[in-house]
Order: sequence, then structure tokens, then C-alpha cells
Amino acid sequence: MARASSPPTSTQTAARMTSQPATGASRAANASALTVDARGVSLTFQTRDGAVEALANVNLQISDGDFVSFIGPSGCGKTTLMRVIADLERPTAGTILVNGVTAEEARLKRQYGYIFQAPALYPWRTIERNVMLPLEIMGYPANERRERMQRYLKLVNLSGFERKFPWQLSGGMQQRASIARALSFDPALLLMDEPFGALDEIVRDHLNEQLLRLWDQTGKTVVFVTHSIPEAVFLSTKIVVMSPRPGRIIDVIPCDFPRDRTLEIRETQEFIKIAQRVRSGLRSGHSYDE
Amino acid sequence: MTSSAIALPRVSSRPTAWLSQHTPILAVVAVLFVLWYLAAFFMNAPLVRDAFERNEVKYTFSELVAGTMEAQRPVVPAPHQVAAELYDSIFGYPLDSRRNLAYHAWVTLSATVVGFAIGAIFGIVLAILIVHLRTLEKSLLPWIICSQMVPILAIAPIIIVVFGAIGIRGLFPKSIISAYLCFFPVTIGMVKGLTSPDPIQLDLMRTWSANKLQVLWKLRWPASIPFLFASLKVSVTISLVGAIVAELPTGAQAGIGARLLTGSYYGQTVQIWAALVCAAVIATVLIAIIDLIAKWTARRMGATP
Repeated sequence: MARASSPPTSTQTAARMTSQPATGASRAANASALTVDARGVSLTFQTRDGAVEALANVNLQISDGDFVSFIGPSGCGKTTLMRVIADLERPTAGTILVNGVTAEEARLKRQYGYIFQAPALYPWRTIERNVMLPLEIMGYPANERRERMQRYLKLVNLSGFERKFPWQLSGGMQQRASIARALSFDPALLLMDEPFGALDEIVRDHLNEQLLRLWDQTGKTVVFVTHSIPEAVFLSTKIVVMSPRPGRIIDVIPCDFPRDRTLEIRETQEFIKIAQRVRSGLRSGHSYDE
Repeated sequence: MTSSAIALPRVSSRPTAWLSQHTPILAVVAVLFVLWYLAAFFMNAPLVRDAFERNEVKYTFSELVAGTMEAQRPVVPAPHQVAAELYDSIFGYPLDSRRNLAYHAWVTLSATVVGFAIGAIFGIVLAILIVHLRTLEKSLLPWIICSQMVPILAIAPIIIVVFGAIGIRGLFPKSIISAYLCFFPVTIGMVKGLTSPDPIQLDLMRTWSANKLQVLWKLRWPASIPFLFASLKVSVTISLVGAIVAELPTGAQAGIGARLLTGSYYGQTVQIWAALVCAAVIATVLIAIIDLIAKWTARRMGATP
């Protein structure tokens, strides 16, 4: 079967070529410094079954203080793009700058905190020692490690659980601990790969609100991978819609709600309009060939 | 304070609870003893029967049974004979006497412990090297596997002679043979253990730009601890076997191996069995010690109770 609906080529090329939709918001953002600047990034994995094009000619600019969501079906390369930003994968073509330096230099300078889908706490360490682990590796003195651990565990509402082991905490608490761990060394950029994907909706809403407040207070730049349209619209200042085979960006949607937004905005007309644009973008990019 | 004060008498006043908890284990042990006695009877019966017939003595069945249980040189000694021999040879002589089994057990045990320590450390170091250097895995692993295919009985005399030629005798060459046997399970287990962390856990280390030593010490090593103890349990018994085997070609001066050898020279089956039981007890105790340390470590490392 051929593609059910032909993609809106104009948007697509615009996103591919410049990825700077001509809107007021992004023009304003462009004035400030770029946290992520990807130009012509492609990544092809060599597998036993042949080459897999995970990313094809991705152009993306993320400004300081942005909250950018990557949304798209499985296999569209959103996690891969994030891993490229984190220098966990190397692109086969194109350039990527993070905070003005190469992704590798940014990683070596510990400029970002990465939060995975799973909490990935080390099971033999207590919560406090898990949070202090990156600080140990980075050589912070012991009293500062302890002070930071307490501060960030408090921030994610986990004070009192310092001496517990990960298995003694619920999934949502574990994920919060992993967020505290990523925040502990105060990186300006947070990379979050479906951090709440495994949690139920109630916990998820709650954590999303907490995350927004954190982002608003700290002024960090957040890159967020998600499957959920409402989550993306609720959290983001910019939504990057991606499409699989090959992984590419098909639309970049600005999302100009105030920074201190609450869950109520989900009922507004504007919210629904943006959600619709995301949905239609996803639909147009999705091939029903298989 | 109060809770333990209440709990203490409750535990001690309940021997029945202990009994009901351990009944299945006791039952299995009892069955094993019955089987052993039956084996002793059937294996020794022809011997005893021959002896009666040679002397042209009439015998009843109960005399036959009694004979099989008290034979001087039985094919299979009865459990109580082995127990009596164990008791006599441990408590019947001064501790430093050549006739004391405890003395021989100590000789073997010390070689075992030293060999086990050398083997475990060597095995761990080898595993760390193999995990970090891909070329080593390809170039070294085949040799390691080959080393384990050579029969230790062939290698042991060579090692003893070579060390003897440069003036090293006694405990150390035996420990080397024991280490030679026991490092292998540690290496295999630790290669598995050091590569056991999730890709995500390794990625995290990378995002923090941790160096290799930090990844090893803060991630790979703690992740491999369960594998370490599992392979240590295997290798400690092997190191005991290694120490016993190493005592055979030295002309059997001391050790459990020596007891086995002299026992077979003089047809002292009861002595052989006593030495074997002694070795089994040592192995059990060594494994129990490792198990205790493993459990303690697991608790420290937050294992689910």
C-alpha cells in the first residue's frame, strides 16, 4: 500500500532546510545563544541485515532556556538524535555543536545531565549514594557532595529516603531520584529520554508539573523525548515532530504558553489546536507500508 | 532491647519448631546412611562369607551382618567404622604427630587456602584484563582453556620437580598447583560479571565522562560481586582437590593426599575413607565460610531480603 496521505512537502522541506519556522517565538529565541546546533546530521547504523538509516539530514537549533520535545513513532530516531547530542552516538555526516563546542567536548566538560527511560539507579547503592555518584566521579569534595545530594533530593521531594535502597522505592520515586542524580552537578542542559514513559498517568501528570516548575525556576534547557502528544504540548516551548525510515524532522511547532503554565491549559482552544497540528504531522510522516 | 528480650526465650524454648523445620533434611541424611549401610553389607558380604568358608565355620545371617560391619579391610567400610577411625586418628595422637589426621588436614588446608588466594586474585586480574583489552580475549583465552585440558596429574610432578630444583619445597609448589586449577572458574565468572552491567548503566558513566578506572571500580566491580562469590564457591573445592593431588607425587610426606596414598599402599580402606570424609568436611566448611561472607556482602549491598 502506498502512503495513505502525502506529506505536506512545504513544511517538510522548510523543517529540513532550515528548521526555523518563521514565527515570532523562534525568531526571538534565535537571538539568544544556541544550546544545540545540528546541521545536516545523518547517522547510519551498519547492522547484520544491512545499513539502517537512523537519522537523515537533521537540522535543529535549540536555544538556551528552551523546552524542546521530540515526538514521533518508535524507530523515528528521536532517541538516536538525543544520543547524538549526548555524544553517545557519533553522526556519520553533518556537524553538531552543543553549547558552542562539539558534542564530545560538551560531554567531557559534563555540560548535560541525561535521564533515561529507566531510572538505572545502581541497585547496590542507597538513594543518597546514587545521587552522589556523579559527584564522586567528578571529584567534588565530600561535604559538598552531601550538601548537594540533600538539596536535590529535597527538590524532587525525596527527603527522608536517603538511606533506602532503590528496590524499596516505587517506580516514580526511583525516576525522581534519577532526576536528582542528573541535577546534582547542575548541568545547563537536561536530556530526558521518555523519563515518565513507564509511569501511570496520575504520577506522570504530577511529575510533569514538577518538571515544569523546575525548568521555570532553574532556567535550564530541556530536551525531552516522548510518545505522548498532550505531554509534549503541555511541557514544550517547541515541539519537534519526527518520522521514521529514515529518521527525520518533519515539523517544528512553536508552543507559546507562559512558562508557569498549569495543567488547566490542556482545556484551552490553543492547546487543542497545537495538539492537532502535532497529530497531523505525525500522521503525514507515518508510512503504512508494512 | 525489649524486643530481643522477648524474642530470645521464644527461640530457645522451641526445639520442636527447629525439628519440624529440619525434618526433611534429617530424613534425607537418614536415607543416605541407610543406603551406605546396605552398600557396606552387600559389598563386604562375599569377603566375610569367604572368610567363614575358608575356616569351615558355620555362620548365621546375623553373624554375617556383624562381620560385614566390623571387617578389618572392608571393600566399603560402614559409617560407624569411619567415624571411629576419624575419632581415633584425630584425638588418639598429639596434634603434631604424623599419625594425627588433623595434622595432615592442616597441611592440606594451608596449601589450599594459599592456593585459593593466589588463584582467585590471578583469576580476577585476568578477567579484568580480558574485559578491558579485546586483543587479550582473543589471544589469551584459548591458552587458558588449553591449560585446563592438560591433566593435572601430568603437570603436578613437573611443577614439584621444577620448584624443588630451585630449592622451593613444601607448601608453595602445592599452592601453585592448587591455584593453577582454581583460577579458571574465577576468570570465567568474573568476565561474565564485569560485563554484566546494563548498557544504560554504562551510558550513564559515559555521560559523566568517567574514566575506565572509575567505571571498573564504581560499576563493573560491584555488579560482578554475585558472580564472584558463585565462582569462588566452585573454585575453593577445586583448590582443595588441587592441593590433595599435589601431595600425591611428592612421595606422600604429609597431607590428606599422603594419607590417601599410604592408605592405598597398605590396603587401609577405613583410613582412606576417613581421609576422604575429612576432605569433604573441609570443603563443606570452606564453602560455608564463603557463603556467609557472600550473604553478609549481599546485605551490605542492599540485596532484597
